[in-house]
Amino acid sequence: MEFPEGLKFSKEHEWVLVEGKTATIGITEFAQEELGDIVYVELPEVGEKVVKDDPFGAVESVKAVSDVYAPVSGTVLEINDLLPDNPETINDDPYGDGWMIRVEMTDGDDLKDLMSAEEYAEYVVQRKEVDDEDEEDEEEEDDKEKDKS
Amino acid sequence: MVAFAGWEMPVQYRGVIEEHLAVRSRAGLFDVSHMGEIEITGADALEFCQRISANDVARMKVSQAQYNLLLNDRGGVVDDVIFYRLESDHFLICVNAANSDKDFQWVHQHAEGKVEVADVSARYAQLALQGPAAEKILRPLTALQLGEIKSFHFAYGDVGSIRCLVARTGYTGEDGFELYCQSGDAERLWNALMEGGAAEGLVPAGLGARDTLRLEKAYPLYGHELDDTTTPLEAGLDWVTKFSKPAFIGRDVLVGQKEEGVKRRLVGLELREPGIARSDYPLFKNAEPVGRVTSGTKSPSLGKAIALGYVAGAAAEIGSEIDVEIRGRKVRAEVVPLPFYRR
Repeated sequence: MEFPEGLKFSKEHEWVLVEGKTATIGITEFAQEELGDIVYVELPEVGEKVVKDDPFGAVESVKAVSDVYAPVSGTVLEINDLLPDNPETINDDPYGDGWMIRVEMTDGDDLKDLMSAEEYAEYVVQRKEVDDEDEEDEEEEDDKEKDKS
Repeated sequence: MVAFAGWEMPVQYRGVIEEHLAVRSRAGLFDVSHMGEIEITGADALEFCQRISANDVARMKVSQAQYNLLLNDRGGVVDDVIFYRLESDHFLICVNAANSDKDFQWVHQHAEGKVEVADVSARYAQLALQGPAAEKILRPLTALQLGEIKSFHFAYGDVGSIRCLVARTGYTGEDGFELYCQSGDAERLWNALMEGGAAEGLVPAGLGARDTLRLEKAYPLYGHELDDTTTPLEAGLDWVTKFSKPAFIGRDVLVGQKEEGVKRRLVGLELREPGIARSDYPLFKNAEPVGRVTSGTKSPSLGKAIALGYVAGAAAEIGSEIDVEIRGRKVRAEVVPLPFYRR
């Protein structure tokens, strides 16, 4: 799995490419893999304000909808107009052609809460372990339900 | 893998869309061993099956299968199931995994007379081989004359030297077979089929594709289109409900509903603006709430957002413009004839 060095990462699996005051934002390879085939993308309008940690849009897989959260606050400068007709671009190239929005950041300090590529890689590994534990817990509960009846 | 009704199930192997399209053009193999099985035997078995279900079980010959509904006394659906007539007084009912225990308790409770009811779910595994290449793939693996097994009929035979009940049934809208074998034989049967089907491009297929395939054909899914408050008449399952049977649980309520007309109907929707409708999204007609979505997705075969939902009164007519509320936004949709997809 790829964790490009020049990017910053959020706990909600978004990545940020910082160029001066401009932040390009998308979802990570881990996120697109978890989602499966992406069939629809909801994006904000140019000029809209996005707020750090609030959802700015959504990605939909065949089975479910997932909110995408703003890793930084700012104003939307550009949205990726490839995505409405070709949502699967996010699956194919999550860090490149699959970028979602470009914003002008209002507060550079927002970047401090984000992780480096190395930190995110570790976070993903830990997340996978927690998910396996959760699955085991769920199975245990299901077994207990079966025993009751 | 996800936890589903007490089982670990694959949502997908390589991708929902890829698996879906493979089933429509070649074949896919589904492990549906999580489904439950109930056996009914005894001199009064036929009469009992007639009483607890909506369809006319007496019309089944031995070796025939039938889609049927178990109804409660309010005419609501306990489960949608398939009956298999193994012998004239010996029936096997395949039930939804999530309803296994509920159905067995319910059937057992209503047993009267010379009838034995057994929960045989643990005994059986089930694999579904679905797609236009299904028969071609199965042929070299069995001595059964597959061409003689018609739709909704079954036969016993060996497949890859494993004893199976081979039924020409399925939940995808394609030709195909559902194979029941002893639980212990499941892995060998899976391997035999995957190997045998490799040349035809057989792929393993998961729950995700199973759902998009059935939704394109507008087949109901219990817990979405059907639950214990929905009647067969509301769900468009009039064809499964045989009023010619003098008595069955729920009959009186349904006769009344037939006379008065249903207040809500299950319809098909296609979205006319960008967006995807999902279960429980509200439906509106001219700003008035008229119902809710029961299932929705982006159809891999059609490339459109499709949905099923319950809609009240006149809003349920073909061509009617309905708005789906998608995360606070009203998105225009149209009531369309079903099924969404035809070969």
